[in-house]
Amino acid sequence: MNFTLSDDQLALAGAMRALCVGHFPLERLRASESKARVVDAADWEELGRAGAFSIRTPEAHGGLGLGMAESVVVFEELGRALVPGPLADSALAAGLVDGASRGEVVVGSVDRRSGASGASVPSPSGLPAGPPALIPHLDALGTLVVVDDDGLALVDPASVDARPADRSLDPLTPMWIAEGELPRGERIGGPEGAVGWRYGLRLLSAAMCVGLAAATLEMAVEHARSREQFGRPIGSFQAVKHICADMLVRLELARVALHAAAVTADTPEVGDPMRSMAGATLLALEAALQNGRQCIQVHGGMGFTWEVPAHLYLMRARVLQGACGAACELEETVAQSL
Amino acid sequence: MDLRYTGAEQEFRAALRAWLSEVVPSLPPKPSLDDWPARRAYDTGWQRMLYDAGYAGIDWPTDMGGRGATPTEQLVYLEELERAHAPYVGTNFVGLLHAGPTIVLEGTPGQRDRYLSPILRGDEVWCQGFSEPDAGSDLASLRTKAVRDGDCYVVRGQKIWTSHAEAADLCELLVRTGPDDSGHRGITWLIMPMDADGIEIRPLKTIAGTSEFAELFLEDVRVPVANRVGDENDGWRVTMVTLGFERGTAFVSELLESIELLRELRDTARRSGHWDDTQMRRRIGHLGAELDALWALVRRNVSESDRAMAPGSGASVFKLSISELRQRIGELGMDLLGPAGLVWDPIPGAWSGPAREDGASSAGTSSAGTPSAGLTSSELVNTWVHGFSRTIAAGTSQIQRNIIAERILGLPREPITR
Repeated sequence: MNFTLSDDQLALAGAMRALCVGHFPLERLRASESKARVVDAADWEELGRAGAFSIRTPEAHGGLGLGMAESVVVFEELGRALVPGPLADSALAAGLVDGASRGEVVVGSVDRRSGASGASVPSPSGLPAGPPALIPHLDALGTLVVVDDDGLALVDPASVDARPADRSLDPLTPMWIAEGELPRGERIGGPEGAVGWRYGLRLLSAAMCVGLAAATLEMAVEHARSREQFGRPIGSFQAVKHICADMLVRLELARVALHAAAVTADTPEVGDPMRSMAGATLLALEAALQNGRQCIQVHGGMGFTWEVPAHLYLMRARVLQGACGAACELEETVAQSL
Repeated sequence: MDLRYTGAEQEFRAALRAWLSEVVPSLPPKPSLDDWPARRAYDTGWQRMLYDAGYAGIDWPTDMGGRGATPTEQLVYLEELERAHAPYVGTNFVGLLHAGPTIVLEGTPGQRDRYLSPILRGDEVWCQGFSEPDAGSDLASLRTKAVRDGDCYVVRGQKIWTSHAEAADLCELLVRTGPDDSGHRGITWLIMPMDADGIEIRPLKTIAGTSEFAELFLEDVRVPVANRVGDENDGWRVTMVTLGFERGTAFVSELLESIELLRELRDTARRSGHWDDTQMRRRIGHLGAELDALWALVRRNVSESDRAMAPGSGASVFKLSISELRQRIGELGMDLLGPAGLVWDPIPGAWSGPAREDGASSAGTSSAGTPSAGLTSSELVNTWVHGFSRTIAAGTSQIQRNIIAERILGLPREPITR
């Protein structure tokens, strides 16, 4: 047994971090805040060249031929850098949609299972309804994957009757509202395709949640070290440092659970893939939401300003929550498999 | 990242499992929690069986009589012992996991010859005299005084939270040999024979109503200078070195036991009808996800130890998490019991497990050799009540959070005022 990251895995993560720092600095991302179109085709191809969408694509098809373990390590970096767009969807579409693995086509998805994806707009009663559907980044998509319990369908985004939302919670994830029925599109695969899609989408979304939790921990610690009140750094007070310690615990447990879930996806004989995916996704989502919230708290009044980017990480966590699935469903999966 | 065990690790597991399946069913019934002579006899008897089979001192180096197992093999060892419902380390805890490793690392050749083998063979039992009434989390402020008189130290003072004092032959004792205000620079590590004159043991009654640890009153106890481990006034470093012996497997038995316990609670909930309550299932599922994460963390820590990597954040994160989680599992048990939890026997006839160093009994393992057939309500109440000691013993949760914030996150220390 060797549950440490290999040199290759560390190098992959390091390369993606370097790309994000160089190509997607926060100042640059923030220039697109609240715009109708955030995802840029050239950026997407840059990510494609870096292998973001082809980690698991066989080498014979131009991919890296690696596993879910490598994928989650890379996707943590994408989450940490707050890179916008349907990243997980496009990586899962590699092999299903031509050009997806190279980043030539931006592929998004929407899950039509009631209550499963969070993609449904709440009805006036507050309960999830059928249509209308919320589709992130619709006008940037080359292909839309529609997921339901029966399988997957490929839909031309231009054929979807939708309007942009006036305002989206995450200023870097513009939402489109599709009022009517979605086009039926081209069916690919059966129910097992939907199971596999949801499983992969959750793991990769959980990975980005871990990245969000790591980024907000770093921000909070940096502020706690430098901000002085009562003549000393606020991070020397236990009331503040214990908040930071709990953020680290959440992050570490979520990350190590995610790594175990990814390894279990690659080598199912070491455990129960569904159970470890559900547990890891649950903890990763909680870490992203809780650390995001605590990052704002540690920043005090400045944390409530638009200028300090803490809110961007928290809002992104809410976007990823849709893909991660409902906590009750994840908890149920673990409880039933104990 | 690879979670598959190697061929050698699988062979180690298979041999251990075969041996355990042979010997565990032949063990005598576990003694009552309040019968110290019987507990000592039971625990040391089990230790002797481990010794004869070559499993004593699993983490000790071979030239000190141990097994010299890798950290991953140690993990397999703990897994298999839990799986077989084998006895826990019990009254051998301090000798095997603390005093012994200290002597391995810091003792003289003479001290190693004298003390190590009796620990491995189960011939001698140790207790720990570290904490004092005014030196708990702030251990370096301890005041028990040792003054040189010829070839002896004369020791006066008071110790507290001494588990197994009634059963112990020897005590690892921290004393002040420097000036009163010398802090961690004036502490010395001594081996005190428990049959020396001037030692009074007063049992403390816990919130469980039982006496699982004691106070030690030391009145001019003469301890030979030859019993000093390390130099005079160097005892703090000696104590810290001991912590470095640990390779990522501390508190792992507690985790394995908790995983088993949660399954038991799931079964209890199914029998009682609570399983039909979505909120109860969600709680159980959430605890399950956290336990799975801790099991992953243990395998990460152990893998790092195997490769002699610098210890990361793992140990404090694990200690903090498992102890807090254990309390919540205890609360779940009480909620499942409802009014049935208002009546209990803190010393169940069919005693559920040996006492831990922290004074907690290991409810959750059933009697030796038989797969658990459901927990009694007393065992569930015991789990809850003893849970309160977990977040206090071996470094409180508050101290663990300080360690994480200061040593891992690099936040500034709180100014110390003395």
